[in-house]
Amino acid sequence: MISLLDIIGPVMVGPSSSHTAGACRIGLFARGLLDGAPQTAKVELHGSFARTGVGHGTDRAIAGGLLGFFPDDERLRESLELAEKAGLAISFSNTKLRGEHHPNTARITLSRDGQQTVVIGSSIGAGRVVITSVNGFAVEVTGAFPALVFVAQDVPGIVAAVTTILARQGDNIATLRVSRRRKGGEAIHIYELDQPVSAAALEALRAIPAVSSLHAIPRIA
Amino acid sequence: MFDALLEAVEQAEREGISLGELALRTEAERGLHSRADVEAALLRALNVMRGAVERGLQGDLRSVSGLVGGDAIMLAHAVGPLKGTVFTDALAAALAVQEVNAAMGVIVAAPTAGGAGVLPGVMLGLAKHHAFSDADLVRALATAGLVGAVVASRASLSGAEGGCQAETGAAAGMAAAAGVELLGGSPSAAMHAVALTMQGTLGLVCDPLGGLVEVPCVYRNATGAAMALAGIEMALAGVRFPIPVDEVIDTMGEIGRTMDVRYRETAGGGLAATPTGRKLAKDRLVQLKKGGG
Repeated sequence: MISLLDIIGPVMVGPSSSHTAGACRIGLFARGLLDGAPQTAKVELHGSFARTGVGHGTDRAIAGGLLGFFPDDERLRESLELAEKAGLAISFSNTKLRGEHHPNTARITLSRDGQQTVVIGSSIGAGRVVITSVNGFAVEVTGAFPALVFVAQDVPGIVAAVTTILARQGDNIATLRVSRRRKGGEAIHIYELDQPVSAAALEALRAIPAVSSLHAIPRIA
Repeated sequence: MFDALLEAVEQAEREGISLGELALRTEAERGLHSRADVEAALLRALNVMRGAVERGLQGDLRSVSGLVGGDAIMLAHAVGPLKGTVFTDALAAALAVQEVNAAMGVIVAAPTAGGAGVLPGVMLGLAKHHAFSDADLVRALATAGLVGAVVASRASLSGAEGGCQAETGAAAGMAAAAGVELLGGSPSAAMHAVALTMQGTLGLVCDPLGGLVEVPCVYRNATGAAMALAGIEMALAGVRFPIPVDEVIDTMGEIGRTMDVRYRETAGGGLAATPTGRKLAKDRLVQLKKGGG
Protein backbone atom coordinates (compact mmCIF):
# COMPACT_ATOMS: atom_id res chain seq x y z
CA MET A 1 0.00 0.00 0.00
CA ILE A 2 1.45 3.34 -1.07
CA SER A 3 1.73 6.13 1.47
CA LEU A 4 1.37 9.84 0.73
CA LEU A 5 4.88 10.22 2.05
CA ASP A 6 6.22 7.76 -0.55
CA ILE A 7 4.91 10.10 -3.24
CA ILE A 8 5.73 13.48 -1.64
CA GLY A 9 9.25 12.51 -0.63
CA PRO A 10 11.88 11.65 0.19
CA VAL A 11 13.63 14.90 0.94
CA MET A 12 16.97 14.22 -0.69
CA VAL A 13 20.11 15.57 -2.27
CA GLY A 14 19.75 15.37 -6.07
CA PRO A 15 19.95 14.56 -8.84
CA SER A 16 18.51 11.04 -8.97
CA SER A 17 16.54 9.09 -6.41
CA SER A 18 18.05 5.82 -7.61
CA HIS A 19 21.60 6.97 -8.38
CA THR A 20 21.97 9.31 -5.40
CA ALA A 21 19.53 8.60 -2.55
CA GLY A 22 19.56 4.83 -3.10
CA ALA A 23 23.35 4.72 -3.51
CA CYS A 24 23.79 6.62 -0.25
CA ARG A 25 21.59 4.08 1.54
CA ILE A 26 23.67 1.14 0.30
CA GLY A 27 26.74 2.87 1.76
CA LEU A 28 24.93 3.48 5.06
CA PHE A 29 23.94 -0.16 5.36
CA ALA A 30 27.48 -1.38 4.66
CA ARG A 31 28.88 0.98 7.30
CA GLY A 32 26.49 -0.49 9.84
CA LEU A 33 28.17 -3.89 9.54
CA LEU A 34 31.39 -2.61 11.12
CA ASP A 35 32.01 -1.65 14.76
CA GLY A 36 32.65 1.95 13.73
CA ALA A 37 33.77 4.07 10.81
CA PRO A 38 35.45 2.19 7.93
CA GLN A 39 39.13 2.89 7.23
CA THR A 40 39.26 1.55 3.68
CA ALA A 41 36.51 1.10 1.12
CA LYS A 42 36.60 -0.58 -2.25
CA VAL A 43 33.48 0.36 -4.22
CA GLU A 44 32.69 -1.58 -7.39
CA LEU A 45 29.91 -0.16 -9.58
CA HIS A 46 27.84 -2.43 -11.82
CA GLY A 47 25.48 -1.73 -14.74
CA SER A 48 23.96 1.73 -14.93
CA PHE A 49 25.84 2.73 -11.76
CA ALA A 50 29.06 2.13 -13.71
CA ARG A 51 27.84 3.84 -16.87
CA THR A 52 26.38 7.09 -15.50
CA GLY A 53 27.25 6.98 -11.82
CA VAL A 54 29.88 9.73 -11.88
CA GLY A 55 27.55 12.26 -13.49
CA HIS A 56 24.80 11.36 -11.04
CA GLY A 57 27.05 11.74 -8.01
CA THR A 58 26.77 8.03 -7.21
CA ASP A 59 30.41 8.00 -6.05
CA ARG A 60 29.78 10.93 -3.69
CA ALA A 61 26.50 9.43 -2.49
CA ILE A 62 28.08 6.09 -1.58
CA ALA A 63 31.05 7.83 0.07
CA GLY A 64 28.58 9.94 2.06
CA GLY A 65 26.71 6.85 3.20
CA LEU A 66 30.00 5.30 4.31
CA LEU A 67 30.61 8.44 6.40
CA GLY A 68 27.17 8.00 8.01
CA PHE A 69 25.37 10.74 6.06
CA PHE A 70 21.71 10.23 5.13
CA PRO A 71 20.26 11.01 1.65
CA ASP A 72 19.06 14.49 2.71
CA ASP A 73 22.47 15.57 4.04
CA GLU A 74 24.01 18.37 1.96
CA ARG A 75 27.47 17.14 2.91
CA LEU A 76 27.00 14.38 0.29
CA ARG A 77 28.23 16.88 -2.28
CA GLU A 78 31.63 17.20 -0.56
CA SER A 79 31.78 13.64 0.75
CA LEU A 80 34.88 12.59 -1.23
CA GLU A 81 36.87 15.45 0.28
CA LEU A 82 35.36 14.80 3.74
CA ALA A 83 36.25 11.09 3.47
CA GLU A 84 39.87 11.98 2.82
CA LYS A 85 39.90 14.29 5.86
CA ALA A 86 38.28 11.57 7.98
CA GLY A 87 41.00 9.08 7.02
CA LEU A 88 38.75 6.88 4.89
CA ALA A 89 40.59 5.66 1.77
CA ILE A 90 38.02 4.92 -0.95
CA SER A 91 38.66 3.44 -4.37
CA PHE A 92 36.04 3.25 -7.12
CA SER A 93 36.05 0.91 -10.09
CA ASN A 94 33.59 -0.45 -12.61
CA THR A 95 32.77 -4.13 -12.64
CA LYS A 96 30.45 -6.67 -14.16
CA LEU A 97 29.11 -8.75 -11.28
CA ARG A 98 28.44 -12.40 -12.00
CA GLY A 99 24.86 -13.67 -11.80
CA GLU A 100 21.59 -11.75 -11.96
CA HIS A 101 21.76 -8.21 -10.61
CA HIS A 102 19.60 -5.12 -10.89
CA PRO A 103 21.16 -2.54 -13.28
CA ASN A 104 21.91 -0.18 -10.37
CA THR A 105 24.11 -2.31 -8.17
CA ALA A 106 27.26 -1.77 -6.11
CA ARG A 107 29.60 -4.14 -4.28
CA ILE A 108 31.27 -2.49 -1.31
CA THR A 109 34.20 -4.00 0.59
CA LEU A 110 35.03 -2.25 3.86
CA SER A 111 37.71 -2.76 6.45
CA ARG A 112 38.40 -1.46 9.92
CA ASP A 113 41.07 -2.71 12.34
CA GLY A 114 41.28 -6.13 10.69
CA GLN A 115 37.48 -6.43 10.42
CA GLN A 116 36.18 -6.81 6.87
CA THR A 117 32.71 -6.80 5.34
CA VAL A 118 31.46 -7.22 1.77
CA VAL A 119 27.99 -6.01 0.82
CA ILE A 120 26.13 -6.10 -2.48
CA GLY A 121 23.17 -3.76 -2.75
CA SER A 122 20.86 -2.57 -5.51
CA SER A 123 19.00 0.70 -5.88
CA ILE A 124 15.62 -0.38 -7.22
CA GLY A 125 13.89 2.96 -7.85
CA ALA A 126 12.50 5.96 -5.98
CA GLY A 127 15.41 5.75 -3.54
CA ARG A 128 14.46 2.31 -2.32
CA VAL A 129 17.22 -0.28 -1.96
CA VAL A 130 17.61 -3.97 -1.45
CA ILE A 131 20.75 -5.47 0.05
CA THR A 132 21.24 -8.84 -1.67
CA SER A 133 24.46 -10.16 -0.18
CA VAL A 134 26.33 -9.76 3.11
CA ASN A 135 29.74 -11.42 3.45
CA GLY A 136 28.85 -14.00 0.81
CA PHE A 137 25.46 -14.89 2.32
CA ALA A 138 22.43 -14.27 0.10
CA VAL A 139 20.06 -11.91 1.91
CA GLU A 140 17.17 -9.58 1.15
CA VAL A 141 16.98 -6.46 3.33
CA THR A 142 15.42 -3.11 2.45
CA GLY A 143 16.67 -0.97 5.32
CA ALA A 144 13.12 0.23 5.91
CA PHE A 145 13.38 -1.10 9.49
CA PRO A 146 16.14 -1.10 12.10
CA ALA A 147 17.92 -4.42 11.59
CA LEU A 148 19.81 -6.87 13.72
CA VAL A 149 22.45 -8.80 11.75
CA PHE A 150 24.65 -11.59 13.10
CA VAL A 151 26.33 -14.83 12.19
CA ALA A 152 25.52 -17.98 14.16
CA GLN A 153 26.57 -21.62 14.19
CA ASP A 154 23.97 -23.69 12.32
CA VAL A 155 22.65 -25.44 15.44
CA PRO A 156 19.04 -25.83 16.63
CA GLY A 157 17.51 -23.31 18.99
CA ILE A 158 19.24 -20.08 17.92
CA VAL A 159 16.09 -18.45 16.60
CA ALA A 160 14.18 -19.49 19.72
CA ALA A 161 16.88 -18.03 21.98
CA VAL A 162 17.03 -14.77 20.04
CA THR A 163 13.26 -14.27 19.77
CA THR A 164 12.88 -15.01 23.49
CA ILE A 165 15.38 -12.26 24.32
CA LEU A 166 13.73 -9.81 21.94
CA ALA A 167 10.26 -10.64 23.28
CA ARG A 168 11.41 -10.17 26.87
CA GLN A 169 12.59 -6.63 26.00
CA GLY A 170 9.39 -5.89 24.09
CA ASP A 171 11.27 -5.62 20.75
CA ASN A 172 8.77 -6.57 18.05
CA ILE A 173 10.02 -8.43 14.95
CA ALA A 174 8.77 -7.25 11.54
CA THR A 175 10.63 -9.83 9.40
CA LEU A 176 13.11 -12.61 10.05
CA ARG A 177 15.45 -14.28 7.61
CA VAL A 178 18.09 -16.97 8.13
CA SER A 179 20.41 -18.02 5.34
CA ARG A 180 23.29 -20.51 5.38
CA ARG A 181 25.89 -21.52 2.85
CA ARG A 182 25.80 -25.21 3.82
CA LYS A 183 24.26 -27.49 6.45
CA GLY A 184 26.08 -27.38 9.78
CA GLY A 185 28.18 -24.36 8.80
CA GLU A 186 27.45 -20.80 9.69
CA ALA A 187 24.22 -18.97 8.98
CA ILE A 188 23.49 -15.29 8.77
CA HIS A 189 20.46 -14.06 10.71
CA ILE A 190 18.70 -10.81 9.86
CA TYR A 191 15.85 -9.56 12.03
CA GLU A 192 14.02 -6.40 10.99
CA LEU A 193 12.41 -4.76 14.01
CA ASP A 194 9.68 -2.17 14.52
CA GLN A 195 11.95 -0.17 16.86
CA PRO A 196 15.74 -0.01 17.24
CA VAL A 197 16.91 -2.98 19.32
CA SER A 198 17.21 -2.14 23.01
CA ALA A 199 20.63 -2.05 24.71
CA ALA A 200 19.52 -4.75 27.14
CA ALA A 201 18.58 -7.10 24.32
CA LEU A 202 21.87 -6.45 22.52
CA GLU A 203 23.85 -7.34 25.61
CA ALA A 204 21.88 -10.56 26.13
CA LEU A 205 22.28 -11.52 22.46
CA ARG A 206 26.05 -11.00 22.57
CA ALA A 207 26.17 -13.46 25.47
CA ILE A 208 24.83 -16.35 23.32
CA PRO A 209 27.96 -18.48 22.63
CA ALA A 210 26.96 -19.47 19.05
CA VAL A 211 26.41 -15.83 18.00
CA SER A 212 29.15 -13.67 16.50
CA SER A 213 29.57 -10.50 14.40
CA LEU A 214 26.44 -8.95 15.88
CA HIS A 215 25.48 -5.53 14.52
CA ALA A 216 22.44 -3.33 15.07
CA ILE A 217 21.88 -1.31 11.90
CA PRO A 218 19.66 1.75 12.06
CA ARG A 219 16.75 2.31 9.72
CA ILE A 220 18.22 3.73 6.53
CA ALA A 221 15.07 4.29 4.45
CA MET B 1 -4.46 5.16 -0.76
CA PHE B 2 -6.99 4.75 -3.62
CA ASP B 3 -6.86 2.53 -6.71
CA ALA B 4 -9.11 4.87 -8.70
CA LEU B 5 -9.25 8.64 -8.62
CA LEU B 6 -12.97 8.55 -9.37
CA GLU B 7 -13.53 6.54 -6.19
CA ALA B 8 -11.67 9.21 -4.15
CA VAL B 9 -13.57 12.06 -5.79
CA GLU B 10 -16.94 10.39 -5.14
CA GLN B 11 -16.07 9.80 -1.50
CA ALA B 12 -14.82 13.39 -1.03
CA GLU B 13 -17.97 14.85 -2.61
CA ARG B 14 -20.20 12.53 -0.55
CA GLU B 15 -18.47 13.67 2.65
CA GLY B 16 -18.32 17.31 1.56
CA ILE B 17 -14.53 17.52 1.95
CA SER B 18 -11.63 18.30 -0.40
CA LEU B 19 -9.38 15.64 -1.94
CA GLY B 20 -6.51 16.84 0.27
CA GLU B 21 -8.57 16.45 3.42
CA LEU B 22 -9.64 12.98 2.27
CA ALA B 23 -6.01 12.05 1.59
CA LEU B 24 -4.91 13.19 5.06
CA ARG B 25 -7.77 11.29 6.74
CA THR B 26 -7.14 8.14 4.72
CA GLU B 27 -3.43 8.20 5.45
CA ALA B 28 -4.05 8.63 9.20
CA GLU B 29 -6.60 5.79 9.18
CA ARG B 30 -3.96 3.37 7.92
CA GLY B 31 -2.33 3.75 11.33
CA LEU B 32 1.31 3.88 10.20
CA HIS B 33 1.61 7.58 11.01
CA SER B 34 -0.61 9.91 12.99
CA ARG B 35 -2.29 12.76 11.15
CA ALA B 36 -0.02 15.22 12.96
CA ASP B 37 3.07 13.30 11.79
CA VAL B 38 1.86 13.24 8.18
CA GLU B 39 1.12 16.97 8.26
CA ALA B 40 4.52 17.67 9.84
CA ALA B 41 6.29 15.65 7.12
CA LEU B 42 4.37 17.47 4.39
CA LEU B 43 5.14 20.84 5.99
CA ARG B 44 8.82 19.90 6.00
CA ALA B 45 8.51 18.96 2.31
CA LEU B 46 6.85 22.32 1.62
CA ASN B 47 9.67 24.18 3.33
CA VAL B 48 12.33 22.19 1.44
CA MET B 49 10.51 23.12 -1.79
CA ARG B 50 10.52 26.79 -0.80
CA GLY B 51 14.22 26.59 0.05
CA ALA B 52 15.03 24.92 -3.27
CA VAL B 53 13.18 27.60 -5.26
CA GLU B 54 14.98 30.33 -3.34
CA ARG B 55 18.35 28.63 -3.77
CA GLY B 56 17.86 28.02 -7.47
CA LEU B 57 16.84 31.62 -8.10
CA GLN B 58 20.16 32.86 -6.77
CA GLY B 59 21.35 31.92 -10.23
CA ASP B 60 24.87 30.74 -9.43
CA LEU B 61 24.41 26.96 -9.62
CA ARG B 62 25.91 24.66 -12.25
CA SER B 63 25.04 20.98 -12.53
CA VAL B 64 27.56 18.24 -11.76
CA SER B 65 28.38 17.91 -15.48
CA GLY B 66 28.15 21.65 -16.12
CA LEU B 67 25.45 21.22 -18.77
CA VAL B 68 22.67 23.11 -16.95
CA GLY B 69 22.20 25.99 -14.52
CA GLY B 70 21.49 29.69 -14.57
CA ASP B 71 18.22 29.56 -16.54
CA ALA B 72 15.74 29.94 -13.65
CA ILE B 73 16.93 33.44 -12.87
CA MET B 74 16.35 34.45 -16.49
CA LEU B 75 12.68 33.55 -16.09
CA ALA B 76 12.56 35.54 -12.87
CA HIS B 77 13.42 38.51 -15.10
CA ALA B 78 11.16 37.43 -17.96
CA VAL B 79 10.46 39.97 -20.69
CA GLY B 80 7.82 38.09 -22.70
CA PRO B 81 4.04 38.60 -22.89
CA LEU B 82 3.46 36.52 -19.71
CA LYS B 83 5.98 38.29 -17.48
CA GLY B 84 4.80 38.90 -13.94
CA THR B 85 2.09 36.22 -14.14
CA VAL B 86 1.58 32.92 -12.32
CA PHE B 87 2.67 31.23 -15.54
CA THR B 88 6.14 32.74 -15.64
CA ASP B 89 6.63 32.43 -11.89
CA ALA B 90 5.74 28.73 -12.14
CA LEU B 91 8.29 28.21 -14.92
CA ALA B 92 10.96 30.03 -12.89
CA ALA B 93 10.25 27.97 -9.75
CA ALA B 94 10.20 24.67 -11.67
CA LEU B 95 13.53 25.46 -13.33
CA ALA B 96 14.99 26.62 -10.02
CA VAL B 97 14.18 23.35 -8.23
CA GLN B 98 15.58 21.25 -11.07
CA GLU B 99 18.76 23.32 -11.21
CA VAL B 100 19.22 22.69 -7.49
CA ASN B 101 18.58 19.00 -8.07
CA ALA B 102 21.14 18.81 -10.88
CA ALA B 103 23.71 20.56 -8.67
CA MET B 104 23.28 17.99 -5.85
CA GLY B 105 21.22 20.34 -3.70
CA VAL B 106 18.31 19.30 -1.45
CA ILE B 107 14.92 18.78 -3.08
CA VAL B 108 11.75 16.76 -2.48
CA ALA B 109 11.30 13.85 -4.86
CA ALA B 110 7.66 14.47 -5.85
CA PRO B 111 7.07 11.95 -7.20
CA THR B 112 10.72 11.50 -8.31
CA ALA B 113 13.86 13.65 -8.30
CA GLY B 114 13.68 13.97 -12.10
CA GLY B 115 10.16 15.43 -11.88
CA ALA B 116 10.72 17.34 -8.65
CA GLY B 117 10.30 20.83 -10.15
CA VAL B 118 6.75 20.58 -11.46
CA LEU B 119 4.77 20.49 -8.21
CA PRO B 120 6.67 23.29 -6.40
CA GLY B 121 6.67 25.22 -9.67
CA VAL B 122 2.87 25.23 -9.88
CA MET B 123 2.12 25.51 -6.15
CA LEU B 124 4.68 28.17 -5.31
CA GLY B 125 4.05 30.01 -8.57
CA LEU B 126 0.39 30.25 -7.54
CA ALA B 127 1.34 31.13 -3.96
CA LYS B 128 3.21 34.19 -5.19
CA HIS B 129 -0.09 35.62 -6.39
CA HIS B 130 -2.50 34.30 -3.73
CA ALA B 131 -2.52 34.39 0.08
CA PHE B 132 -2.46 30.66 0.86
CA SER B 133 -1.78 29.49 4.41
CA ASP B 134 0.74 26.73 5.16
CA ALA B 135 -2.26 24.53 6.02
CA ASP B 136 -3.72 25.17 2.54
CA LEU B 137 -0.41 24.27 0.89
CA VAL B 138 0.04 21.15 3.04
CA ARG B 139 -3.45 19.99 2.08
CA ALA B 140 -2.65 20.62 -1.57
CA LEU B 141 0.50 18.49 -1.22
CA ALA B 142 -1.73 15.73 0.17
CA THR B 143 -4.02 16.12 -2.88
CA ALA B 144 -0.99 15.77 -5.14
CA GLY B 145 0.14 12.73 -3.15
CA LEU B 146 -3.25 11.08 -3.56
CA VAL B 147 -3.12 11.55 -7.34
CA GLY B 148 0.47 10.24 -7.42
CA ALA B 149 -0.53 7.18 -5.42
CA VAL B 150 -3.29 6.38 -7.92
CA VAL B 151 -0.85 6.79 -10.82
CA ALA B 152 1.69 4.56 -9.04
CA SER B 153 -0.88 1.84 -8.49
CA ARG B 154 -2.46 1.94 -11.99
CA ALA B 155 0.56 2.88 -14.14
CA SER B 156 4.09 3.89 -13.08
CA LEU B 157 6.12 6.78 -11.71
CA SER B 158 9.43 5.66 -13.18
CA GLY B 159 11.02 7.00 -16.35
CA ALA B 160 12.88 3.72 -16.76
CA GLU B 161 9.52 1.93 -16.82
CA GLY B 162 7.21 4.41 -18.51
CA GLY B 163 9.17 7.29 -20.03
CA CYS B 164 8.92 10.94 -19.01
CA GLN B 165 5.12 10.80 -19.13
CA ALA B 166 5.47 8.74 -15.91
CA GLU B 167 7.72 11.34 -14.24
CA THR B 168 7.04 14.93 -15.33
CA GLY B 169 3.70 13.84 -16.81
CA ALA B 170 2.56 12.31 -13.52
CA ALA B 171 4.00 15.29 -11.63
CA ALA B 172 1.97 17.62 -13.86
CA GLY B 173 -1.21 15.65 -13.13
CA MET B 174 -0.46 15.84 -9.41
CA ALA B 175 0.23 19.58 -9.64
CA ALA B 176 -2.99 20.18 -11.59
CA ALA B 177 -5.09 18.62 -8.82
CA ALA B 178 -3.15 20.56 -6.15
CA GLY B 179 -3.67 23.81 -8.05
CA VAL B 180 -7.41 23.33 -8.47
CA GLU B 181 -7.77 22.58 -4.78
CA LEU B 182 -5.73 25.68 -3.83
CA LEU B 183 -7.94 27.83 -6.05
CA GLY B 184 -11.14 26.49 -4.49
CA GLY B 185 -12.24 24.13 -7.26
CA SER B 186 -14.29 21.02 -6.48
CA PRO B 187 -12.82 17.49 -6.25
CA SER B 188 -14.51 16.77 -9.58
CA ALA B 189 -12.83 19.81 -11.18
CA ALA B 190 -9.49 18.64 -9.74
CA MET B 191 -10.05 15.23 -11.32
CA HIS B 192 -10.75 16.79 -14.72
CA ALA B 193 -7.65 18.97 -14.37
CA VAL B 194 -5.61 15.78 -13.95
CA ALA B 195 -7.16 14.24 -17.06
CA LEU B 196 -6.81 17.43 -19.13
CA THR B 197 -3.17 17.73 -18.09
CA MET B 198 -2.11 14.12 -18.50
CA GLN B 199 -3.76 13.72 -21.89
CA GLY B 200 -1.24 16.34 -22.98
CA THR B 201 1.80 14.46 -21.68
CA LEU B 202 0.87 11.00 -23.01
CA GLY B 203 3.70 9.44 -24.98
CA LEU B 204 6.38 11.74 -23.61
CA VAL B 205 9.70 9.90 -23.77
CA CYS B 206 12.58 9.88 -21.28
CA ASP B 207 15.68 10.76 -23.31
CA PRO B 208 18.27 12.39 -21.05
CA LEU B 209 21.67 13.23 -22.51
CA GLY B 210 24.21 10.78 -21.13
CA GLY B 211 21.52 9.37 -18.83
CA LEU B 212 21.99 12.42 -16.57
CA VAL B 213 19.02 14.21 -14.96
CA GLU B 214 19.90 17.45 -16.73
CA VAL B 215 18.94 17.89 -20.42
CA PRO B 216 16.07 17.91 -21.19
CA CYS B 217 14.82 17.11 -17.66
CA VAL B 218 15.32 20.61 -16.27
CA TYR B 219 13.33 22.19 -19.11
CA ARG B 220 10.75 19.44 -19.16
CA ASN B 221 9.86 20.30 -15.58
CA ALA B 222 9.05 23.84 -16.71
CA THR B 223 6.92 22.63 -19.62
CA GLY B 224 5.31 20.11 -17.26
CA ALA B 225 4.31 22.99 -14.99
CA ALA B 226 2.91 24.80 -18.05
CA MET B 227 0.85 21.75 -18.95
CA ALA B 228 -0.54 21.62 -15.40
CA LEU B 229 -1.53 25.30 -15.54
CA ALA B 230 -3.33 24.62 -18.81
CA GLY B 231 -5.24 21.77 -17.16
CA ILE B 232 -6.09 23.93 -14.13
CA GLU B 233 -7.34 26.81 -16.26
CA MET B 234 -9.51 24.58 -18.43
CA ALA B 235 -10.96 22.61 -15.50
CA LEU B 236 -11.80 25.74 -13.49
CA ALA B 237 -13.54 27.16 -16.57
CA GLY B 238 -15.76 24.09 -16.56
CA VAL B 239 -14.12 22.05 -19.31
CA ARG B 240 -14.72 18.33 -18.75
CA PHE B 241 -12.47 15.77 -20.49
CA PRO B 242 -14.58 13.03 -22.13
CA ILE B 243 -12.29 10.10 -21.20
CA PRO B 244 -12.43 9.34 -17.45
CA VAL B 245 -9.23 10.23 -15.60
CA ASP B 246 -8.51 6.66 -14.49
CA GLU B 247 -8.62 5.55 -18.13
CA VAL B 248 -6.22 8.35 -19.05
CA ILE B 249 -3.85 7.09 -16.33
CA ASP B 250 -4.24 3.51 -17.59
CA THR B 251 -3.40 4.75 -21.08
CA MET B 252 -0.19 6.28 -19.77
CA GLY B 253 0.70 2.93 -18.23
CA GLU B 254 -0.10 1.04 -21.41
CA ILE B 255 1.99 3.42 -23.55
CA GLY B 256 4.84 3.10 -21.06
CA ARG B 257 4.78 -0.68 -21.14
CA THR B 258 4.99 -0.74 -24.93
CA MET B 259 7.48 2.13 -25.25
CA ASP B 260 10.77 1.18 -26.87
CA VAL B 261 13.59 0.81 -24.35
CA ARG B 262 15.51 3.57 -26.15
CA TYR B 263 12.96 6.02 -24.76
CA ARG B 264 13.06 4.82 -21.18
CA GLU B 265 15.99 6.55 -19.49
CA THR B 266 18.66 4.59 -21.36
CA ALA B 267 19.98 7.54 -23.40
CA GLY B 268 19.59 5.31 -26.47
CA GLY B 269 17.06 7.45 -28.35
CA GLY B 270 15.33 10.81 -28.56
CA LEU B 271 17.33 13.94 -27.78
CA ALA B 272 20.05 11.84 -26.15
CA ALA B 273 20.76 10.15 -29.48
CA THR B 274 20.98 13.31 -31.57
CA PRO B 275 24.48 14.16 -32.86
CA THR B 276 24.72 17.11 -30.46
CA GLY B 277 23.20 15.17 -27.60
CA ARG B 278 25.79 12.41 -27.97
CA LYS B 279 28.66 14.86 -28.31
CA LEU B 280 27.69 16.94 -25.25
CA ALA B 281 27.25 13.85 -23.12
CA LYS B 282 30.55 12.35 -24.24
CA ASP B 283 32.55 15.54 -23.72
CA ARG B 284 31.13 16.12 -20.26
CA LEU B 285 31.49 12.53 -19.05
CA VAL B 286 35.07 12.23 -20.28
CA GLN B 287 35.92 15.42 -18.42
CA LEU B 288 34.20 14.21 -15.26
CA LYS B 289 36.10 10.94 -15.26
CA LYS B 290 39.37 12.84 -15.59
CA GLY B 291 38.35 14.64 -12.42
CA GLY B 292 37.55 17.92 -14.15
CA GLY B 293 34.44 19.96 -13.37
